[in-house]
Amino acid sequence: MSSGALRAKRKKKYTAEAIVKDFKKHKVAYAMAVPGLIMVLLFNYMPIFGLGLAFVNYKPNLGIFGSKFVGLKYFKEFFSSMYFVRTVGNTLILSLLQIVFVFFGTILFALLVNELKNQKFKRMVQTVTYLPNFISMVVVAGIIVNFCTSKGVLAQLVSIFTGESKNLLSVSSYWRPLYIASDLWQGLGTGAIVYLAALAGIDQTLYEAAVIDGAGRWKQTLHVTLPGILPTIIIMLILKIGSIMSVGYEKTILLYNPQIYETADIISSFVYRKGLVEANYGFSTAVSLFNSVINTVLLITANAISRKATDNSLF
Amino acid sequence: MVESGKKPARMVFRIVNTLFMIAIMVICLLPVWHVLCASFSDGSYVMQQSGLIWRVHGFNLEGYKLVLQNKSIVTGYLNTLFYVAVSVGFGLLITLMTAYTVSRKNALWRNVIMVILTVTMLINGGLISSYLVNTQLLGLFNSRLAIILPGCFSAFNVILLRTAMLGVPDSLEESAMIDGAGSMTILFKIILPLISPTIATVVLFSVVANWNSWFPASIYLRDRALFPLQLVLKEILMSDNVTSGTVLDSANVDSSLLIYKELIKYCVIIVSSLPIWVMYPFLQKYFEKGMMVGAIKG
Repeated sequence: MSSGALRAKRKKKYTAEAIVKDFKKHKVAYAMAVPGLIMVLLFNYMPIFGLGLAFVNYKPNLGIFGSKFVGLKYFKEFFSSMYFVRTVGNTLILSLLQIVFVFFGTILFALLVNELKNQKFKRMVQTVTYLPNFISMVVVAGIIVNFCTSKGVLAQLVSIFTGESKNLLSVSSYWRPLYIASDLWQGLGTGAIVYLAALAGIDQTLYEAAVIDGAGRWKQTLHVTLPGILPTIIIMLILKIGSIMSVGYEKTILLYNPQIYETADIISSFVYRKGLVEANYGFSTAVSLFNSVINTVLLITANAISRKATDNSLF
Repeated sequence: MVESGKKPARMVFRIVNTLFMIAIMVICLLPVWHVLCASFSDGSYVMQQSGLIWRVHGFNLEGYKLVLQNKSIVTGYLNTLFYVAVSVGFGLLITLMTAYTVSRKNALWRNVIMVILTVTMLINGGLISSYLVNTQLLGLFNSRLAIILPGCFSAFNVILLRTAMLGVPDSLEESAMIDGAGSMTILFKIILPLISPTIATVVLFSVVANWNSWFPASIYLRDRALFPLQLVLKEILMSDNVTSGTVLDSANVDSSLLIYKELIKYCVIIVSSLPIWVMYPFLQKYFEKGMMVGAIKG
């Protein structure tokens, strides 16, 4: 069918008669979608329109449209402030550390779990490593605070090497290692699930063929296992790169303090502080809008590069 | 993988790998073990200790007694149960209904509805804009609804359930329709039992997420009587001075309770996490399934 004919057919689909007929036939089904659509209208679409806040000097009693339009004032203010370099830098550094240690660490862990031959032991490793994922962020933060006080487990461990025991959360250079280590602790086991599933899906005859060709274990890993899970790795990496500028705020705002803002303050915690603590709505919306635009651009770019280079892509 | 002989190098790798896995498991469990042992130990010991608590010192249940007598914690517990039940229940109901609509293969508008839903997964208004909409326009400030409504419906769950519903054979629905069953009957009597594994996955993740949630409560709620457990917990764990009107606000406050300050932190962690830990081994299957699809959600 030519595209013209296809368009004609599609047009025909939405004639007044067809709409009425379809509506009569499916009226109950459509009615059932109404509550869900109201929910997305109220809690998803209205905040999207609310992004207009970034361009006005918002006064609660005037509303978005009544407040004075200020154009790009808040964006300029953010770009020229000292916070721009600090928050963007900290976010990027933390994200890159996450990719190096958490992202690739998880893949390595999955490969090693996959090598375990005793199925019961393998299950046990999985069950135990999932557990930290179920611990709430508040409790994780509480345990981190406990371990980092001068008498805590981690502070004592560090004091063996440095000779002085102090609260680790008051030293800015310890922030990133703490953040990444706790990410790993919470996410290693659960992050491996998707790779273990991909590993289980690799055709076993490929290994047999590799052995016949004289491949040892290492060669098997290199030429069968890794190519087998590469599509999964690429997709996960695209997703990670798409969110490279959005490190979650929960752990940060639970644990940071002005003493370590220098390394700990990230874009999302800055938005929270400016917006909800200091009620600087327009400014913080501008910062978060800038952040999401960058994220979208990164996601699309990573996706395009991967589609060109490896034929794997998300969309 | 296929074994290529029993070389010594292979044996070494296996032993090292097994030891590495044991080390990982120890690291995963150690903080939990520390908290568990401390929670059953003597208050003054816990107060003075430094480093790891790897066994119970002077077994007693004093901390747990104080935690269970504490009004904020008990109210928080009940609030959390309420929030979890209502949010997950109501959310699931409207998610199922919407998923039913978009799984009708011959409904004209289903793709339009799908696009409306999918857009919300790609773009969002962010923290500040959502906060202002909820508080200024919808009047949800300091209200239980602020904890229940904004997060209970997600396009992602609709898509999950829709995919499962599309797998239900058409013939089953058709024969039910011939028997005179309406949409609601078809959804709840025919489709629902067939997609119960997917529903279990959705429920498991919503329950855990709601149980562990503290942030929305911290920005929307001011009235302490409405606080969920995690927010009470946050105040206890994150404030250096636990006695400041939060934990020990029950009638029996006296200075001797200060030695229980640390102990209470440990006990309250255990008390708050226990329901999730107890539930988890039974639901591991659904959890893995959910992580597989959830990986794409990011």
